[in-house]
This record gives sequence, structure tokens and C-alpha cells, in this order.
Amino acid sequence: MVKEIERAGIPVVHMCTVVPISLTVGANRIVPTVAIPHPLGNPALSHEEEHDLRKKLVGRALKALETPVDGQTVFEE
Amino acid sequence: MIKVVHYINQFYAGKGGEEMANIPPEKVKGFVGPGMAFNAAFQGEAEIVATVFCGDSYFNENKEAVDTVIALIKEENPDIVICGPAFNAGRYGVACGTVASEVKAQLGIPTLTGMYDENPGVDMFKSKTIIMKTKDSAAGMRKAVAAMAPVALRMAKGEELGSAAAEGYFPTGIRKGLFEEKRGSERAVDMLLKKLAGEEFETEYPMPQFDRVQPNPAVVDLAHAKVALVTSGGIVPKGNPDHIESSSASHYGKYDIDGVQVLTDKTYETAHGGYDPVYANADPNRVLPVDVMREFEKEGRIGELSHYYYATVGNGTAVASAKKFADTFSKELIADGVQAVILTST
Repeated sequence: MVKEIERAGIPVVHMCTVVPISLTVGANRIVPTVAIPHPLGNPALSHEEEHDLRKKLVGRALKALETPVDGQTVFEE
Repeated sequence: MIKVVHYINQFYAGKGGEEMANIPPEKVKGFVGPGMAFNAAFQGEAEIVATVFCGDSYFNENKEAVDTVIALIKEENPDIVICGPAFNAGRYGVACGTVASEVKAQLGIPTLTGMYDENPGVDMFKSKTIIMKTKDSAAGMRKAVAAMAPVALRMAKGEELGSAAAEGYFPTGIRKGLFEEKRGSERAVDMLLKKLAGEEFETEYPMPQFDRVQPNPAVVDLAHAKVALVTSGGIVPKGNPDHIESSSASHYGKYDIDGVQVLTDKTYETAHGGYDPVYANADPNRVLPVDVMREFEKEGRIGELSHYYYATVGNGTAVASAKKFADTFSKELIADGVQAVILTST
């Protein structure tokens, strides 16, 4: 799906936990996430900490959308 | 007697489904689950001495899991290691491919696994281990075992395998010299004549198909851009009104989140059958981050969050289906003036 969205001409960022799969599929902007069943959260944290974690990760995704890339790029911390 | 160690996941080990996908590696003596069929197919020539299993999520989320698995395998000093088969299960395919590749590289023991064509593990590991072609689901187990067991025996005995096409594994990229009856020029002319006559012909060197899409330019003014959310994590309005299937999804849903500030356990849930749904059902924002996107919208970090989000279940879903879904909804996204997409996957 990420590749078809890109092909349609819309910049897209893929947020996922298993980065090697995203690379194999062909995503260009990739933000690694927390865990498979809760990519943008962590039930072990308090509600507030979890919210901050999610905001940080999605913020990184927004940053990735603003960043020019010329190939597959993983946006780590 | 040839000694075999079998690697499987929590499901095939009989430990449980997605709720047990987080268990760390363990080892038991003898065979478990599909190992029984392998043992029978060996017809006394080989025996599964131990089975190592690990939760698929645990394996994919913990880099050290593979080291533990390898240590457990090494203790048995096997002649061959069989992983899976994983069919079309993505995380299981990555686990099987990783274990098979690393055992071969680190311990020098031959390894064999099995997967369906579209399993992401195929492209990741086909050059590093032998991956036999299987059906897309466990319904193909009997056929897979019948194909894998004799190949495993021959590998354990140190016999050389035939070509990928003849043996039924994915081409590894290794070329071997061999003598053909006809020389190259004759074969090329034969092929050309067939092509001219409109007949079927088989190339001797299929071109790899790299379906890569160039990245789009960066979004220049995100503060005034419309951003949409898309997910393969199955987040749907409570009750799953479009009946998106928990695996092998045949369609996607388009959902209006105009005015929705936060997803709650009362309003949304996951339809995905390929991961433990407890965390996503308790707080769907963990998969589809509507709450923080609203905050970014209020803060002016983005122009606006699109009124609609798109969702499907990425669990054994055919690549062709996913391609069709996104091809269709991308046109709508463009028509809606969406300038950027965040796609979340589980």
C-alpha cells in the first residue's frame, strides 16, 4: 500500500516495527515503532508517558515527510 | 541416524495464538506439532531430536532472540535444521529465515525452510538459505512436508541439490556451470523462432523484477498541508461495519473521523487477526494515532488531519489486493487534496 500511495504522487511515511519487512516491501520513508501489537504505544508506561512517546514518534514521521530523500531512509532517533 | 532440530513458532508449538506471540525461545526434546509429519516422512533415516520455538512477535522485536535460538540449537549438534514452514505468515517467515540464515552462517550446518511466494521472508533470505516453495496457508502442510523432508535428508548427507526449478526452492542467486546438449547459439535461435511463432518459450535467465518507486519530494509546508492516516493494522469503528476480514482481507474501509478527537475502546477496535488485539482494543490510538494528530493540528504543526482515514487488515493479505486497495484510495486522497500520508503497520 505504501508503494502505491507513493506511486500516486503523495509523500508517505511508513511507521512500523519490523523495519526489514518495510525495506523489502519498498517504503522510502520509514519510522521504526515500538512493538507489533502496539506500534505507537506502550502499555507498560503511564498514560501520560505513553502519549508523549506517541507524540514523539508521530512527530518524527512528520519530520520525515519534510525531509528530502533519494532512496530508502530509516528515520531512527 | 541423522539428527534434526526443528524451529517453529508459538502457534505450531501448541502454546497459543497471538496472545502468546511474546514468549521467549524455549526448547523441548523430540518433535512438536508439524515435526510429527516430518519425522514420519524421514522414514527412519532421520529424527527430530529437539524442537526450538519462540513467539513470533518476541522474535521480531528482540534482536537477541536469534542468539538464544542459535545457542539452543548448537547444544544439540544437529546435522540439519528445519525451520517452519512459515507459509504466508510474515513475522514467522522473518523468524524462520533469520534462524536458517544465521545457523548456516554461524554454525555451518545446512538449513532449510519453506514459505509462500509473497512472504516477505522470501526476498530477505532466499540468497542465504534454501527456502522451499509452499502454499499460502497451513492447509498446504502435507504437501510442504512431502517436498521438504527428502530435500532435508539429502542436504544432511551432504548431497548437492539440483536446480531451483527442479527441486522446488526459490532461486538463491548462485549460478552453477553445467553442460547442455545444445550449444548456446542454437538454444538462442530456438527461443527466437518460438517467440516469432508466438509460442511459449522459457528464458534461461529471468530478469529480476524490482518494483521500486522513487520517493516523492518532501512536503514543503506541512503547517498548511492536509495529512491523512492509513493503516494496515485493522483499526475500524466498533463492530467492524464493513466486515473487514481478520486475515486475507478482500477490501478496505474508509472512515469519517471529522470531529473525532481521540479513539476510545468504546468507539473503535481492531479487526486484525494477526496480532494480540488487547492493546489496540484498549487504546486504538496505539495503532492509529488520531489523538496526537489532533494535537499537531491544533498546534499548527500540520494544516489539517484529513476527514477520512483508510484501513485494512494486513494479515496474509495478497500483495495484489493491497496494491489494488491503495491504487483505488490514493485517487480519492488526491481528489480530497491530501498532501501527505502516514501509514501505520502492526
